[in-house]
Amino acid sequence: MFAVRLAKQLSRPVQRTAARKVSSTPARKSDALFVHRDTSYNNPKIHFEFNAENLKRAQEIIARYPPQYKKAAVIPLLDLGQRQNKGWTSISVMNYVANLLEMPPMRVYEVATFYTMFNREPIGEHFVQVCTTTPCMLRGAYDILDTVCKDLGGIKPGETTKDGKFTVIEVECQGACSNAPMLVVGDDFYEDLTPQLTTKILDAFKKGERPKPGPQSGRHTSENSAGLTALTEKPYGPGEHCTPEFQ
Amino acid sequence: MFRASSKATQISRPFRAKLRRSFATVQDPPVRHYGGLKDQDRIFTNAYCRHDHGIKGAQSRGDWHKTKEILAKGDSWIIQTIKDSGLRGRGGAGFPSGLKWSFMNKPGWEKDPRPRYLVVNADEGEPGTCKDREILRGDPHKLVEGCLVAGRAMNANAAYIYIRGEFYQEASHVQQAINEAYKAGFLGENACGSGYKFDVYLHRGAGAYICGEETALIESLEGKQGKPRLKPPFPADVGLFGCPTTVANVETVAVAPTICRRGAPWFAQFGRARNQGTKLFCISGHVNNPCVVEEEMSIPLKDLIEKHCGGVVGGWDNLLGIIPGGSSVPVLPIKQCSEVLMDYDSLKDAQSGLGTGAVIVMNKSTDIVKAIARFAHFYKHESCGQCTPCREGTTWMMNMMDRFVEGRGHQREIDMLLELTKQIEGRTICALGDAAAWPIQGLMRHFRPEVEKRVTSFRAENGPVLFGGRLLSTQTDPTLALPDNLGANLPEVTPPSA
Repeated sequence: MFAVRLAKQLSRPVQRTAARKVSSTPARKSDALFVHRDTSYNNPKIHFEFNAENLKRAQEIIARYPPQYKKAAVIPLLDLGQRQNKGWTSISVMNYVANLLEMPPMRVYEVATFYTMFNREPIGEHFVQVCTTTPCMLRGAYDILDTVCKDLGGIKPGETTKDGKFTVIEVECQGACSNAPMLVVGDDFYEDLTPQLTTKILDAFKKGERPKPGPQSGRHTSENSAGLTALTEKPYGPGEHCTPEFQ
Repeated sequence: MFRASSKATQISRPFRAKLRRSFATVQDPPVRHYGGLKDQDRIFTNAYCRHDHGIKGAQSRGDWHKTKEILAKGDSWIIQTIKDSGLRGRGGAGFPSGLKWSFMNKPGWEKDPRPRYLVVNADEGEPGTCKDREILRGDPHKLVEGCLVAGRAMNANAAYIYIRGEFYQEASHVQQAINEAYKAGFLGENACGSGYKFDVYLHRGAGAYICGEETALIESLEGKQGKPRLKPPFPADVGLFGCPTTVANVETVAVAPTICRRGAPWFAQFGRARNQGTKLFCISGHVNNPCVVEEEMSIPLKDLIEKHCGGVVGGWDNLLGIIPGGSSVPVLPIKQCSEVLMDYDSLKDAQSGLGTGAVIVMNKSTDIVKAIARFAHFYKHESCGQCTPCREGTTWMMNMMDRFVEGRGHQREIDMLLELTKQIEGRTICALGDAAAWPIQGLMRHFRPEVEKRVTSFRAENGPVLFGGRLLSTQTDPTLALPDNLGANLPEVTPPSA
């Protein structure tokens, strides 16, 4: 009986509109998948270990924390591993760090999925991060993002160019709001941008150069660009203006 | 009546004014104008990185000068000096720093065998805030020396500087400063020759705004996900690695040595009572010359923008609103912007807050709803997911705000959104829920007509909109009954402000 009804229902031409659907788009809870799936380029069988230099650095980092809290070094070590592994944190990097710090691998996975600076998928040679949070948005950050995407062959934020040279993502506030709009390539901040300057920077990277980081408008850091309004005098020296006992 | 007019009319005018003055016993208090800090009173003399940030340059600017004598004064002297100076935490909450540091020295603390930590919060991530960055890269020695002085005040054994992972250049400057200080004997076994053992370590984060919250920062420093802890126990009892800990902002720690050397009264002379001191303000958005500048507390907001940033783009009258303390505080409309002083109390009275001193200026070209909706995106992205009201609520708020940008909504949904913010605020472990709710509340408080206008015009163009944003005309199935709770049959209320 039930089966017959079901068959009837199915045979009826379905006229569904958005109103009846439980969900019209696939649920997308986060920027990145939190589950690891073995792939040819990312599986636990791929060997990873620190090179001699990084191992020495790792020991230095571990020494900063109390011996019974070695796991405090997990974030700096994952960062070190990511740098050695072409800018992304594979499952092998996580397993190796877990092994090195004598902690359960799951605890490392938790950390690697929580923090946004760990890329769990391969990225291009130059990792371009464009800040679009409100202070940057007010100064035209979306124009910068569009310029970057267009300049790199019409890719979308989150994608890598076909030649594997650039990956572009949209990021939240990078803490250079007085120098908005800005983008980050690797570790370097490029500030005070306009679409033209952005193209210039990307062109330089395409040629294999490394343009000078910092404000591109000609100002030094975050001072008033029309002339200093503070700190114009020579800084005062030791003991100057201090109470008598500290002079 | 005759008597009253008779004598006074005989006296000539200027004299009469004088006479009236002499009888008066109440005098107008002298009006004090704040702002106009001189260079000699600025603490961060290398904020623009125009000089050497290394130890030589730092020492020539007065860092590490007689630090030994400061340390020799002892913990209670340093804490009392900080208390007298009126320094309040520069990270946003504005808690009196001297008091906070004194929580570490509870009676009988000497008997506690646990190590004690100072943790410096350099996880600067609040949109609009870029003040700590200038300290970290320009004056890193001020911070390292501050760690030692503040650490001495709370009898700490070590300091961890938690710096956000994105600040690579800044982290290398701080690391250089730490290495130089060790080499010069200012840190380590016998810090500055005072016999006090103190270590400073740098820890780089990995990109999580929530780690700026003190307990989340401690969790993150312990190598876990940055999810805030419930308080109590407060970090001063059980903090980093289960030991007494105090978390303080970079600016708070970095000003401590200068206050000790120049005296509490010097620092306390700036700003209004209970809001004393100098402060780094970072101005971004629609001003002609955005900058970071150290100014006196209580400087009028308008003065700050006119004097240091070359004014609002298009003139002061072109101003739409200002967010005076970073993304987490409500926006102020132009009328209040021309009145408020940049300090904790004045901005609190204006139903906003000083926060981190990050001024985001928006002129009339701004789509204010979109600007606040972008903040909603930010908080959705940065919510750690630990407490349900925040995890789910930030997503809801983001979705609703996105719809209001184009006006796709129902007038009643504005109140629903406000109710939602009230259900998030105060119901989470940390303040991120509150911080996500406040910008939206501020928007609706001052710019509700703008949102209503968009809803009305969208409705005029597209016909009735259901709760949740679907159009009655094209996005529903006319062959099916619509539940009443979708608001299809509700007449559109006229905006109260119309």
